[in-house]
Amino acid sequence: MIALHRISKTYLTRQGPRQVLKDISLTISRGERVGIVGGNGAGKSTLIRLIGGVEPPTSGYVERGMTVSWPLAFSGGLQGSLTGLDNLRFLCRIYDADVDRAIPFVEDFAELGRYLREPVKNYSTGMRARLAFALSMAIEFDCYLIDETFSVGDERFKKKAGVELFEKRGDRAMLMVSHMPQHIKKHCNTFCVLDGGRIKQFDHADDAYKHYTATL
Amino acid sequence: MTTECSLRRSLAIQLRVVGALLLREVLTRFGRHNIGFLWLFVEPMLFTLVIAAVWYWVRDKGLHGSNLPILPFAITGYSTILLWRNAANRCASAVRPNVALLYHRNVAVIDLFAARLLLEIAAATGSLVVLLGALVFLGQADRPADLLTMVGGWLLLVWFAIALGLIIGPLAERSSAFHRIWQMLHNPLFPLSGALFLVDWLPAQVQTIILWVPMVNGVEMLRAGYYGSAIQSHYSAGYLAMVNVIMLWFGLKLVEHSKRMVSSE
Repeated sequence: MIALHRISKTYLTRQGPRQVLKDISLTISRGERVGIVGGNGAGKSTLIRLIGGVEPPTSGYVERGMTVSWPLAFSGGLQGSLTGLDNLRFLCRIYDADVDRAIPFVEDFAELGRYLREPVKNYSTGMRARLAFALSMAIEFDCYLIDETFSVGDERFKKKAGVELFEKRGDRAMLMVSHMPQHIKKHCNTFCVLDGGRIKQFDHADDAYKHYTATL
Repeated sequence: MTTECSLRRSLAIQLRVVGALLLREVLTRFGRHNIGFLWLFVEPMLFTLVIAAVWYWVRDKGLHGSNLPILPFAITGYSTILLWRNAANRCASAVRPNVALLYHRNVAVIDLFAARLLLEIAAATGSLVVLLGALVFLGQADRPADLLTMVGGWLLLVWFAIALGLIIGPLAERSSAFHRIWQMLHNPLFPLSGALFLVDWLPAQVQTIILWVPMVNGVEMLRAGYYGSAIQSHYSAGYLAMVNVIMLWFGLKLVEHSKRMVSSE
């Protein structure tokens, strides 16, 4: 289980402090798929970064009772001057995963061919996204954090990625943030709306959708 | 990965992360071509040798009328400069190229510094040991008179380099103005650091002032260990240790504050 206990996040900006998240409590149980919709600037990405432990909350705390992926946004977490393969080795080391199993998987899945042995900074956006996705699938987690910007490559690759994430890992917990409610409705079983830094939970996607459109 | 990790578990994660970062540093700095990561040691050795050679030609009559062999003098001096200067400079540029890696929860800012510090310490230590060892082996220099004092002096300087790196690193990350000021500042520190002289050669009033510079005490101790009774050394290991404690505390505070200033993407 992952539990957020009264999380708040304030950023210091040039115009003074700006509170992005206000007193958010949320739990994600094993296998649960939580979808969060919110408009631009609602704090979706901030929330996912706090859960992933990329940054700490200003107050409150996150309890992680299962392994949690890093936020799967397209290309975050890759080091540009390392090759794709060395990025993979690096991640396997820090997450204590089996490199020998991960390498053939990424070679096959990312479809980068010889580019896997080139520095990531020479990749195209699509190649980066494919590598980032393959890396996050090569290391197994109990819960995946998925940012909406995580749209990978062309239609065919998207389909393949969908199968890998939502079907093969159908038993895992997931937290998805998006500004597209139809996306969330398709993949999730719990629905939340993030608005003005507060979160509201709904049992049905349609109720969440109604609330969401009313907030826009 | 519960939040309440045991100490042992946290330590295991930290070691794994620093180990991974070490390999990452070595790969991007030296690559897998020719002698690869051996450059880590060869580079400072070449530097030291060039400096030693220059001193050798310029003052081959010995130093200040004394008959101190100049090669070990140059090596013991220049190695200490490499140690603290490279540690600080590498820390000053440690965060920016690695910001994307902070995206992973287990990677913290201090790990980035730790990896670079370990590399620089290994490089400077390896260079000193190999060069001095080679000179002794070839009969070009005497064995150290008191190895323990030498090791003690070197370890105090290593500690100083760590503390300095942890101060310069976060400050340079926070303000590019500070980064530039440090780049100007570390050059005048070179002649002041004790690498080029023995404190005993200076006038008495200057001696008391120069011993306020922390590194001078370390270099003197290192040379006291190497030359033994052949030189008159002036240093206080206690003073350097005290400065190190204060600087390290300050440095760790700075690192704590710069934790997670991540703005990748």
